[in-house]
Amino acid sequence: MNLVNATRSELSKQFSTSVWWVLLIVLVLYIGGTAGGMAAVFAAGENGSLPGTTSLPTGLGDRLPSLIYGLATAMGYVFPLVVGSLLVTGEYRHKTLTPTFLATPRRGIALSAKMLAGVVMGLVFGVAAVGSTVAAGGGMLALFGVDPQLARPETWAFLGRMLLALVLWVLLGIALGTLIRNQIAAVVGILAFTQFVEPIARVGASMVEGLADVVRFLPGAASDALAGDSIYAAMGGGASQSLDWWAGGLVLAAYVVVFAVIGYAVSWRRDVA
Amino acid sequence: MADGQVLEFTDVAKRFGPVAAVDGLTARVEPGAVTGFLGPNGAGKTTTLRMLLGLIAPTSGSATIGGRRYRDLKHPLQTVGAVLESSSFHPGRSAAAHLRVYAHAAGIAASRVDDALGIVGLGDVAGRKVGGFSLGMRQRLGLAYALLGDPGVLVLDEPTNGLDPEGIRWIRRFLRDLAAEGRTVLVSSHLLAEVQQSVDSLMIITRGHLVYQGGIENVVPQDEIATVVDADDREALRRAIAAAGFESDERRTGLAVRGADAPTVGRIAADAGIALTALQRKGPAFEEVFLELVSGTRVHPSAENGEETR
Repeated sequence: MNLVNATRSELSKQFSTSVWWVLLIVLVLYIGGTAGGMAAVFAAGENGSLPGTTSLPTGLGDRLPSLIYGLATAMGYVFPLVVGSLLVTGEYRHKTLTPTFLATPRRGIALSAKMLAGVVMGLVFGVAAVGSTVAAGGGMLALFGVDPQLARPETWAFLGRMLLALVLWVLLGIALGTLIRNQIAAVVGILAFTQFVEPIARVGASMVEGLADVVRFLPGAASDALAGDSIYAAMGGGASQSLDWWAGGLVLAAYVVVFAVIGYAVSWRRDVA
Repeated sequence: MADGQVLEFTDVAKRFGPVAAVDGLTARVEPGAVTGFLGPNGAGKTTTLRMLLGLIAPTSGSATIGGRRYRDLKHPLQTVGAVLESSSFHPGRSAAAHLRVYAHAAGIAASRVDDALGIVGLGDVAGRKVGGFSLGMRQRLGLAYALLGDPGVLVLDEPTNGLDPEGIRWIRRFLRDLAAEGRTVLVSSHLLAEVQQSVDSLMIITRGHLVYQGGIENVVPQDEIATVVDADDREALRRAIAAAGFESDERRTGLAVRGADAPTVGRIAADAGIALTALQRKGPAFEEVFLELVSGTRVHPSAENGEETR
């Protein structure tokens, strides 16, 4: 009962400020726009209607739709990650942890409620991300005469796994937020790691013997493995080196658990002065 | 729901590294009265209140509400309402949405949100974002949060900070009314003048130690109060007072009578048919006693007892 109430409270926090819909619009425009644009270029390249596309990876054929849809996680995961971190760092920034803990004095319940609310936010952002790649990307593919593969059950399983990955990213954001309490530091850190450090590490490590075994355990790589396909794999990260989808999911979930436990122990339980 | 509860601090202490912010504080706050929690800045008031509310974990000892620790309360917001700082708001959230967030968490009906805003006079701005609120409005919203669950206990940390004189008068009256309904009201302040005229009893704290607890009328010890009285026939007056069983000693301005207040001395003179030319209470000012308690040059027995019960 306490947990249910606390979760409702967390959700009403999320939906009573404008951050969620601003981020949602940016996500749909960014992910949908990229998916639509890429789908158009690749599909045109595939069917030969666009001359001079020899520099693009061709012969993707069957993989093309999942590559386009996969942008929902490959590019989109930063949004749920930021949403999750804001769910916690916002409390520190606006000093609202005091009223929160007064209403829900048991810290474990308060954090669990954030996680449950995070699942809902993950589904909201996940459906938006997956939906916009499918709508814009799939639409473009169909327009250029490439089968968007929406009749195949594997495609829907793939979309479902992406949704799961995006939910896990919100939870990881929450866990990180308890550790990096400063909102600006948390968002800058997330952007730096996800947009520069990990992509460079993954592309770089694929050229170094032995390192690929390590980088596939990075959170982004685990997320791609969970989803099943990504632009990195197509760019030479090597799909053969990636983890199985379930293993990728477990690795990502393990990041959530480890950071949440550390954050709870060293930060969340601390005095609120 | 408006059951006043006894607040009990039992040898509660908090150390921040080498600093003892609160050092073995034992005190009891009764329902049905406004209790002032007085002490200079940095005396440990906020830390004490936050320990009571489960926001700071005591190093040792305990602070309870009706015998329970805050975190063990079944319905915290329906039991204790707290006003702790004026900036605990997300600026982008409306006043009503802010309260709704915590009404959800405590399982309080959404209709209480409008009630609480109405009580503090913010009913007209319920839909406005808190970011545009003045300091006084934020204080009122903080109070609305405290009242959300119609609690029997109210704990307020410097609630008049930033309020204009009208607002201060309003909050004083309001707290008195809540106490008159049988609730427990504990309100901290570093300003003596602030609590002097608005509380029934007092806890005075300095450097983490309790130096006084009890009724506000007992802060200045009775035996330090003398009544100075004079008449044209000072010798006759001295005899009348002696006959009534009081000692007096002669001063330049008249006779100082120990242990008798002004009405008593006045009556003695009237019975003896002596016309008075002066009659006044003489003793250390409240503020003087307060400063001596805080600096440690005066020790009040109410605090000594607290030490002995360790």
